[in-house]
Amino acid sequence: MIVLSDYLILSAVLFCISMAGIFINRKNLIVLLMCIELMLLAVNMNFVAFSHFNNDITGQIFVFFILTVAAAESAIGLAILVVLFRNRATINVADLDSMKG
Amino acid sequence: MTIEKLIFYFFATVLVFAAVRVITARNPVHAALFLVLAFFSAAATWLLLQAEFLAIVLVLVYVGAVMVLFLFVVMMLDINIAKLREGFIRYLSVGILVGLLILVEMVLVVRTMTAPVLTAAPVSAVPNIEAIGQVLYSIYIYPFELAAVILLVAMVAAIALTMRSPRQHKYINPSLQVNVRRADRIRLVNLPAEPKD
Repeated sequence: MIVLSDYLILSAVLFCISMAGIFINRKNLIVLLMCIELMLLAVNMNFVAFSHFNNDITGQIFVFFILTVAAAESAIGLAILVVLFRNRATINVADLDSMKG
Repeated sequence: MTIEKLIFYFFATVLVFAAVRVITARNPVHAALFLVLAFFSAAATWLLLQAEFLAIVLVLVYVGAVMVLFLFVVMMLDINIAKLREGFIRYLSVGILVGLLILVEMVLVVRTMTAPVLTAAPVSAVPNIEAIGQVLYSIYIYPFELAAVILLVAMVAAIALTMRSPRQHKYINPSLQVNVRRADRIRLVNLPAEPKD
C-alpha cells in the first residue's frame, strides 16, 4: 500500500534536485527556467497527494491554477529570453550586469 | 509488495533519474528532453493517485505546449555551451550539500509526522473529471475566469515582447506630419522670364 509519506518524500527529492540544479547551473538561463518548472512539479505533486489522501478535490483545483500560472510564466520567460538573446547575443547570467546589481 | 507499489517505485525512479539528468545534461536540448520524461513519469504517478484529469492536462499542456516551446527556443538560439558550463564543478559541491541538507530536513519532518497515517481513499462513485468540473464551475468560477485573463495577458505580453520593431511597417509619426512647415515642402525658384522669339 502506498502511503502519503511516499509521495511527500518523492516530491521532496524532486524539489531538492531542482534546487541543486539552480545552484550548479547558475550561468544558463534556460536550464534555470527548467529547474523552476521541476520545482513547481514537486509542489503540484504534494497538492495532488494531499488531495487524494484527504479525499478533498480542492487540492486538484489548486494544481489546475498553478499549472495555468506556470504555463504563462514560462511563456513570458522564454519571450524575454528571446528578446535578450536578440539584443545581447548571450544568455549567460554573468554577462547581464548592466544594472550593476 | 503489491503491483501498485511496484508501479509507483518504477515511475518514481524514472522521475528522479530524469530530474538528475535535467540538471546535469551538457546539452540544453537533452535537458529539455529529459524534462519531458520527468513530466511523463509524474503524470503516471498522478494517475496512481486517481487524478486522471490533471495527469492528462500535465501531458497535454506541459509536454505538448510548454516543452515544445522550450525546445523551439533552445534550438533557435545559438548558444555557446562551453562558456555556460564554466563554474559547474565549482558549484557542484555547494549544490549537492545544500540539496542534501534540505532533503534530510524534509524527510525528517515527513517521517516524524504525528498525524494519523492516511491511507488511500476509496474509489469514489463520481468520476474525477466530473468532480473537478462541479467544483470548478461553481465555487471557483471567478478564479477560473481570472486564470483565463492571466493566459490572455501572457499571450499578449509574449507577442508584444517578441514582435520585431516597427521598422518594417510603413506608418509615419503623426507629430512629424503635424509639425511640418511650408518651407520643408515647397521650394520657390526664381526663374527669369525668357524672351519670346
